[in-house]
Amino acid sequence: MASLKDMRNRIASTKATQKITKAMQMVAASKLRRAQQAAEAARPFAERMDRVLGNIASAVAGSDSAPRLLAGTGADKVHLLVVCTAERGLCGPFNSSIVRLARERANALANAGKQVKILCVGRKGFDQLRRLYEKQIVEVIELRGVKQIGFAQAQMVTDNIIKRFEAGEFDVCTLFFSRFKSVIAQTPTAQQVIPPVFEPSKQGGPAAAYEYEPEEEEILGELLPRNLAVQVFRALLENAASEQGARMSAMDNATRNAGEMIRKQTLTYNRTRQAMITKELIEIISGAEAL
Amino acid sequence: MATFHFDLVSPEKLAFSGKVEQVDVPGSEGDFGVLAGHAPLVAVLRPGILTIHGEGGMQRVVVLGGFAEVSAGGLTVLADVADKIEDFDRGVVAARIAEMEARIAKLEPSSELDKAIARLDHFKGVQQHLTGTALH
Repeated sequence: MASLKDMRNRIASTKATQKITKAMQMVAASKLRRAQQAAEAARPFAERMDRVLGNIASAVAGSDSAPRLLAGTGADKVHLLVVCTAERGLCGPFNSSIVRLARERANALANAGKQVKILCVGRKGFDQLRRLYEKQIVEVIELRGVKQIGFAQAQMVTDNIIKRFEAGEFDVCTLFFSRFKSVIAQTPTAQQVIPPVFEPSKQGGPAAAYEYEPEEEEILGELLPRNLAVQVFRALLENAASEQGARMSAMDNATRNAGEMIRKQTLTYNRTRQAMITKELIEIISGAEAL
Repeated sequence: MATFHFDLVSPEKLAFSGKVEQVDVPGSEGDFGVLAGHAPLVAVLRPGILTIHGEGGMQRVVVLGGFAEVSAGGLTVLADVADKIEDFDRGVVAARIAEMEARIAKLEPSSELDKAIARLDHFKGVQQHLTGTALH
C-alpha cells in the first residue's frame, strides 16, 4: 500500500496538472476570441468572392476559352489533397478528425484508381499522415512561427499550389480543414478548389452578360488565383478558430477530470490517515490494558 | 436620387455595406462612376481612392487593387486593402513603393517590367494624393 507521503505527493502533482490545464484553457479562450473574430470578418469577403466568381463562371461556362483554373484540366487522374491542420497538439480530436477525413478520401480515390498527392499545411497533419502516405506527401508547409494568420501566409500556400498546377502535377485540388461552428462544434470539411465548385445561384436562370474591363481573360487570370488565395485564407482562419475552440473544450474536460481525481485521492488519503490513527490508538489502549 | 446596394469588402473586414447614390471606382483602365441601374460589369481595380456618395455625404476609401462587380444586386468591390482615408497607414504605401523600386531595378525589359512600372505609378499616385490631402 502506498504510504501517506506518496499519496500526498500524488495529490500535489494532480493539482499541478490541473493548474496547467486550467491555464491552457484560459489562454485558448482568449485566443479563440481573436481567432473567431478574424474568421468571421473574413467570411463576407470569401462569400462575395464566391458569388461574383460563380456569376462570371456561369456566364463563361461552355466556352472553350475558359481558363484552366476554372474549367480544370479536363482529366481527373491526379488529386492533390491539401490537408490543413494545427502546429500543436493537445486540442482534443481536432487534428485527427481532419486527418481522418483526408485519409478516407485518399483511400477512396486510390481504390478508384486515381493517383493521390498530399500537401500538408501544419506539422500535426504531417506527423499523422507520414506513416501511411510517406511517398505521396509532396511538401510540408509549416506555419509554426506565425502568431496571427495573415493573407501573406495564404498567398504563400496558394503560390505553391498554383505553381504545381501549372507544372501539371495534378488535376483536382481539394482543401481539408475544420469549419468553425461553435466552441463545441467544429466540422471537418473538404472543399474542392480546382476546378472550383459553385453553389447554384439563388436567383436562378443564367447570369447577365457582363461587360469586362479590361479583357475577360485578363480579369479571370487575376481573379482565379485571388479566389484560390481567399479560399485558402478562409480555411486557415476557420482552422485557427476551430483549433482554439477544440483546445478550450479539451482542456475544460481535462480540468474537470483532474478535479474529480483530486477529490477521490483526497478521500482515500483521509481514510488511510484515519485508519492509521485508529490503529495507533488501539495499540496504546491494548498496551495500557496489558499492564 | 435613386440608390443601390454597395458592398466594399477586404479579406480582413467588411468595410462598407449599405445604400449609396454613387460610387467612383478607380478602374485599371481609368476611373468610372457607378450609379443605380448600371449595366453588368466586371472590372479590375488599380490602387487608388474610391469615393462613396451616400446620403450622409461623401466618404473616401483607399483601395489597393482588387475587383469590382456590378450586377442586378448592386455593386460589390473586392479590395485587397480597404481603409478609410483617415485611418490609412501611409507607411504601407511608402514601404510598398520602396520594395517595388528595388524589384524593378533587377528586372529585364519585358512585359512584366511594364506591368511593374504601371503598378508603381499607381502607388505613387496614391501616395501623392495622400500627402496632398494631408496638407490642407
